[in-house]
This record gives sequence, C-alpha cells and structure tokens, in this order.
Amino acid sequence: MSLELKNVEKKVGIDTHIYPTSLKLEKNTINVLLGSTLAGKTTLMQIMAGLDKPTSGEIWFDGKNVTGTKVQKRNCSMVYQQFINYPNFTVYENIASPLVITGVKTDEIKQRVGKVAELLKLSAMLNKKPDELSGGQQQRTALARALVKDSDLILLDEPLANLDFKLREELREELPKLFEDRDCIVVYATTEPSDALMIGGNTATLLEGEVIQYGKTLEVYNKPENLISAKVFSDPPMNIAEITKKGDNCKFTDNDVQWKSSAKIKDGTYKIGIRPHNITTYKEGNNSVEINGKVQISELSGSESLIHFTNGNLSWVSLSNGTQQKNVGEDTKLYMNTDEFLYFDQNNRLVNNG
Amino acid sequence: MNKTINQKAWYFVIPVFVLVAFNAAIPLMTVVNYSFQETFGNNVFAWEGTRWFKQILLSERFHAALGRQFAFTFIILLIQIPLGIAIALTMPKKGWGVPVCLILMSMPLLIPWNVVGAMWNIFALPDIGFLGYTLNSVGFDYNFTQQPGDAWFTTILMDVWHWTSLVVLLSYAGLNSIQPAYYQAAEIDGASRWATFRYIELPKMKKVLTLAILLRFMDSFMIYTEPFVLTGGGPGNTTAFLSIDLVKMALGQFDLGPAAAMSLIYFFIVLLVCWVFYNLMMKNEAQS
Repeated sequence: MSLELKNVEKKVGIDTHIYPTSLKLEKNTINVLLGSTLAGKTTLMQIMAGLDKPTSGEIWFDGKNVTGTKVQKRNCSMVYQQFINYPNFTVYENIASPLVITGVKTDEIKQRVGKVAELLKLSAMLNKKPDELSGGQQQRTALARALVKDSDLILLDEPLANLDFKLREELREELPKLFEDRDCIVVYATTEPSDALMIGGNTATLLEGEVIQYGKTLEVYNKPENLISAKVFSDPPMNIAEITKKGDNCKFTDNDVQWKSSAKIKDGTYKIGIRPHNITTYKEGNNSVEINGKVQISELSGSESLIHFTNGNLSWVSLSNGTQQKNVGEDTKLYMNTDEFLYFDQNNRLVNNG
Repeated sequence: MNKTINQKAWYFVIPVFVLVAFNAAIPLMTVVNYSFQETFGNNVFAWEGTRWFKQILLSERFHAALGRQFAFTFIILLIQIPLGIAIALTMPKKGWGVPVCLILMSMPLLIPWNVVGAMWNIFALPDIGFLGYTLNSVGFDYNFTQQPGDAWFTTILMDVWHWTSLVVLLSYAGLNSIQPAYYQAAEIDGASRWATFRYIELPKMKKVLTLAILLRFMDSFMIYTEPFVLTGGGPGNTTAFLSIDLVKMALGQFDLGPAAAMSLIYFFIVLLVCWVFYNLMMKNEAQS
C-alpha cells in the first residue's frame, strides 16, 4: 500500500497553488508536510484526499489510479485545525458517525468506539456534546472520529494549531503512538519545525507550492539538500552568511572570525547556514569559535534564551539553554559550534553532506 | 487614596428616564388605566375592576379573532421558514451573484407596509388586477373581496412575498458562518446531502432560525397595515386579525375599556409565546 503523487499540479486561474510534485508515501509511515502558511500544505492534502482535483498529474493509491475518484469512495479521514464535530451529536455519536454511515453493526460500533475513546481518554465524556468540552477534548473527539474508521489514509491539517501550549505538547507526544500499529498512511501538516522533529517519520519541506525536499525527518533536518529546505526547517530562523574557504581555513566575508573546517570541499566562497542553537553563550563541541555580538533583543522562552545580536552587517539569532539574561545594547561573547555548520554553494546546494 | 463621592452623575440618567417614560411607561399605564375603568366624556371615570378582562376573555368575538390570528401566524411560519431556508441554500456563496441576490432579496423588505397592501390589492383585483384577472381567465373562480378562502389565500401570499426575504437573509448569514471544513468532514464521512443539512447546517443555523421565527411570529401576530389595506378585515370578519379587531373596537365603537383590556391580553400573549418559545429553543444551550 502506498500513495503516490505523479507530477501533480494545481492551478486556480492564473495562480499556481501547487507546482508539479511527485511524492511517494509508504504504508505505516507518518509524513509531515512542513511549511509556512500558504505553502500549499492544505491544497496538497485535499488533493490527496480527493476533495480537490489536480489540474494535471495523477494520484495512485495501492497500485490503482484514483485521480478522479471522489472522497466518499476512498477510505480516508481528515482532522482539521478547527475542531470539526457534529454540533448536536454526543461525543459517542460523533465518533460513531462514520461507521453508522457505512452500515457497521451496532455491536461492533459500540466496541470500536469504546476502544478508540479509551485510547484518546474520552471514555468519561461520551455522553457530552462537543460544546461542553474543552478545545483539547473537542480535537480528541475529531481525532477519534478519524481513527475509528480504520482509514488507509489519515490526513491531519495542523491539528494542534488552535490548542493552547500545554495541550499541544501533550497531544503532540501522544500522536505518533496513536498511529504506531495501524495499517495506514498518515500525513501531518504543520508550520512548526519542532512538530516535525517530535513526530519523526518522514518530512517534506514546502515553500510556495513546491515540495523542496522529502525524506526521513532527521535526514532532512541534518542534511537539508539546499538552503531553502534548511530555512523552512529551522525555527527560530537560520543564520546565514557568506564565507571564504582557503585550505582548512574559513573566514566570514563580513568580519574577521576564522575557524578551521574539516569539510571536504574546494576552496572558494560559500554560504553558510548556522542554526540558532549552534550559537550559544557557552562553549559547545570541540571546535567552537568565539564571536562578538551586540545584543538587540534578549528573551526567555521556557528554559531557553533567545538572543538576537548584530555583528557588523550580520543580524543573527542565538538560542542557548538555561536563562541567560543579557541587557539590550550590551556587548557579549557567543560561541559557534563549527562542526554543525552547513555549507552551501553559490546555487544554494548543500556541499558538506558527507 | 480616598474616592470622592459624587452622586451628581445620576443626573445623566435623567434623559433616559424621561424618554422611556414618554415612550413606554406612560402610554402603557394609560392603557392599564382605561382597562380597569369605564370612561365617560369630560374625563369622568368609574372603577370597573376586572370586568373588561372577563368580558374580553369570554367573548366569542375575541376567541374568533384570536383563532384567526393563530391560524394565520402558524400558516405563514410554516411556509416562510422552510421556504426561506430553501432559498438561502440555493443562493450563491461567492461571485457576482451574491450582491445581486442580496439586493433582490432585500427589495420587498424596503417597501412600506401600506404600499405592499395597496400593491397587492390592485394586483389581485379580479377584474383588472394581473393576478386576479389571470386566475379568473384560466378558470378559477377567484375574488378576494367576496370569498373568504380567496381573501386568506391572498393575504398569506402577500405576507410570504413581503417577509420570506427576512428569513432568507438570516438563514443565509447563518449558512455563511459555517466553516468549509464542516462540509469537507461530512463529505469524507460519506454523509448525504440531507444528512449534511440535518446534522451540520440546521444545528449551526439554530440561533438565527430561532431569531427568525421569533421575529416572524411577533410581526405576523401583530400584523395590521397590510390586511387592513388589502381586505379591511373582510369579507365579513374573515380576515379581521387581532389588531384589526382591536382597532375596530377602540376607534370604531369607541369601547375604550374593553379595547384596553384586549390590548393588554394581546400584549401578554405575544410576550408569553415568545418567552416559552425562546426558552424551549435555548434550553440546551444554557448548559454549555
């Protein structure tokens, strides 16, 4: 079982919403579509589900061409950012609804709903109506409805976006477990790189209607094929600068900071991508290099500290563990872990991928 | 710091008190005053207690008018609510059709009530009116000025023409506030068009429909101008609804006492029905 998009393209009027895309999603995988708003995640999902037709290209499911097949004829389910439930059904009736429509026997419905409700911790509220529940519980109900069906394809369109922080964290941890032993393909759209890392599986990075890279989540994260993919998969944003390399010596174009690089690449000028957590207020790794910065913004986010700083023309973000309080305007020393640098050539392709 | 105590701010409320007094309290109290007394000329009053109330409540004339009123309101609600929802469902949701439909729909609502009555009167005249003439020429024996059935038919048709738009506009607003994701979710579940309507659209429209029914109930229950201009309550008393009957009693016969008592009873019926209906509809909402 697999879902394959072959050169799928979507145009609305003169606007291209999805550029020709080919993707193959395998059975028993969770696939994250990662990209900012308007990147085409939802459109892509709707095409996968059959809610929307591609302008050109084909969709193959399980070895069959299902391009024109309507959503009702496919076995898929979807969970939305908004908590979509039938407003005057109880939680039980809501979860049971897809089964009732397909004519499953009452006994079996009871048993299946019970099982899913337990999995999603809804057993105690089966007789309540959706608007008596908290946002998290409403979304659990929607998830339960998606799971109870035993769909071949489960689409989750930013399911955690409308939940508050704590509930999001909680549900995000549970999600991968829910799909662990199911015979289905899960697609999960999100704008948050951290979601993708937490969920694992495979990730496709998207930008403006184009799939930039698809592969194992960690591989896409650690070895982004190109600068765009790296940018999409970085939050806070990736720090980028131009460097020149001569032998083992590397140097920023904009300042005098130098370091030795073991990357097996030719001499010349490159772009370098540094993730914020690789610039810290303390030394990390064996090859850390010091850089001076003038603090622009210093903020705490949970147990991490974000420090925005400038160095000459560079305006960068660093992310350190612990609470590192800095004053705005203060000159400070930060350390870059050069082992984690990503080198891109003039065509923005990653070169140190070995 | 100590708060300065300054009660002068209360003076700002005076205009509202005066306004409400002139608007509501004083006229209403006048009516109450009349309803308990017999009025003679030169402002001479005699206390009658609840006599007028008893008289009205036991009078066959009131029962008949009330019956006609409930029948009329019930029929027009039965037509206008489903028809309004049906029209709202078929209206386009985007594109140039939206403003066109909305403007067309609002038109009848903008016409003054007596004009509506006059329009329909001429429209339905059996010898020269387009509707009346056409009906007669295709073989119906139609004459709303003489036959009670025809008078009812015309009055109801007129009200449907005039007020269905209100239900349409409210339903349309309710439908448009439903997020597209609901429809998609229903589609994915494989729900039929009817099921989508029954379990998504209808519950989501519940609040606006409650409002629509309340408004249409109140307006139609208090209807006066249009049937007055169209039929004048006739033929006979067959379309003399409560307010027409009330005006006849108050201004035609100058029975101010009974008319005042009838006004109050009328008022309490409207209030009671609205209160009961609203509470029934909102019973489940309150829990959440």
